[in-house]
Amino acid sequence: MSQNKTTAVTMDDFLSGIWRENPVFVMLLGMCPVLAVTNSVINALAMGLATTFVLLGSSAIISLLRHWIPKEVRIATYIVIIATFVTIIDYAIQAISLELYNALGAFIQLIVANCIILGRAEAHASRQPLLKTLTNGLGMGIGFTIALLALGSVRELLGNGSLLGHDIFGAHFEPWVVMILPPGGFFVLGAWLLLFNYIREVKKQKRLAESRAASGTTARALV
Amino acid sequence: MPGESLSFIFLNAFLINNFVLALFLGICPFLGVSGKINTAWSMGLASAFVMLISSICAYFINEVLVAFNIEFLRLISYIAVIASAVQLVEMSMKKFSPVLFRQLGIFLPLITTNCAILGLALFQTFKEYDFTQSLSYSLGAGAGFTLAIVLMAGLREKLELAEVPSVSKGAALSLMLAGLLSLSFMGFAGLGGGH
Repeated sequence: MSQNKTTAVTMDDFLSGIWRENPVFVMLLGMCPVLAVTNSVINALAMGLATTFVLLGSSAIISLLRHWIPKEVRIATYIVIIATFVTIIDYAIQAISLELYNALGAFIQLIVANCIILGRAEAHASRQPLLKTLTNGLGMGIGFTIALLALGSVRELLGNGSLLGHDIFGAHFEPWVVMILPPGGFFVLGAWLLLFNYIREVKKQKRLAESRAASGTTARALV
Repeated sequence: MPGESLSFIFLNAFLINNFVLALFLGICPFLGVSGKINTAWSMGLASAFVMLISSICAYFINEVLVAFNIEFLRLISYIAVIASAVQLVEMSMKKFSPVLFRQLGIFLPLITTNCAILGLALFQTFKEYDFTQSLSYSLGAGAGFTLAIVLMAGLREKLELAEVPSVSKGAALSLMLAGLLSLSFMGFAGLGGGH
């Protein structure tokens, strides 16, 4: 983890969570909600936003209290703070849309056990000032939401032939039911990881070829 | 739901709605600690043990919360109890069985963030199971978690020997494998009349 010693808020704090340290695709954290609730776009979006809210709220409180929390009981303290925010969002979603609440089920309450949030609290919020923590937390939350949407859209498109409830492929499309069932979650996430690995591999090859070409020209120049 | 038989509850948690492969709980240890069969066994058994203890605790806590009409504290008290149960198990294991402690030691703190355990406590509350039903449910869930993680470890040990394209090494292939495992577990869905 890159720990900048400066207190200034940089663009890097925000962007690292979205791409370079994306919690789902790079760090493979918080897999349970990623796989469980992404059978449609709307569920994925709700889950992403709820997690972002808890992440921001808990990081803010932990960052403000970081000089007062004793080292020995810090994990327990973090968990209680996180659980408080999860309870808030749990009741909020129940009040806003009961349908959504039933679709997400116990997974809203299970945000407590999401290792992204505890990991952020331990690695970032407990050491950095408020504004820096919030920026980083927002980046992580957005990165998490993007990952959930990436899974949710593919699964809804293939498994149901629709996107956000609108029919895309028309009546002749035979849905791949397996995609909205549990195995589909594993398959789609695996496929996304394959794609990212492939992109990384191609970039690496390209860089290798470039450096080889560069060293080749210098060698020729020397001759 | 009240009225379900104990054997059905056990089978339901064990195979039909397997905690890992059908409900997606406890994916982190499932992917993280399934490299070798031995460690997978240890992790599975340690989790099953903590599941049993926290399920019993959660049952009584829920009784108290309902009696005082303060259900909104459920989540906070459950997670606090699970964290302290893990701590307790760790300490008593260190005292009474140092050999077992050395085998499981590193996994115990990980169990606190295993959402299968919190999930178990929440589900048994939602389903309004009584005490014996909760016991049966937690035993089934623990056995199911152990089964899934050991099967996965077996598959991955074989996979070490296979030649795969370098792009698909690591997590991507493990996820595909988990998908196939989950697909085969869907075959159990017909058991018990399709609940």
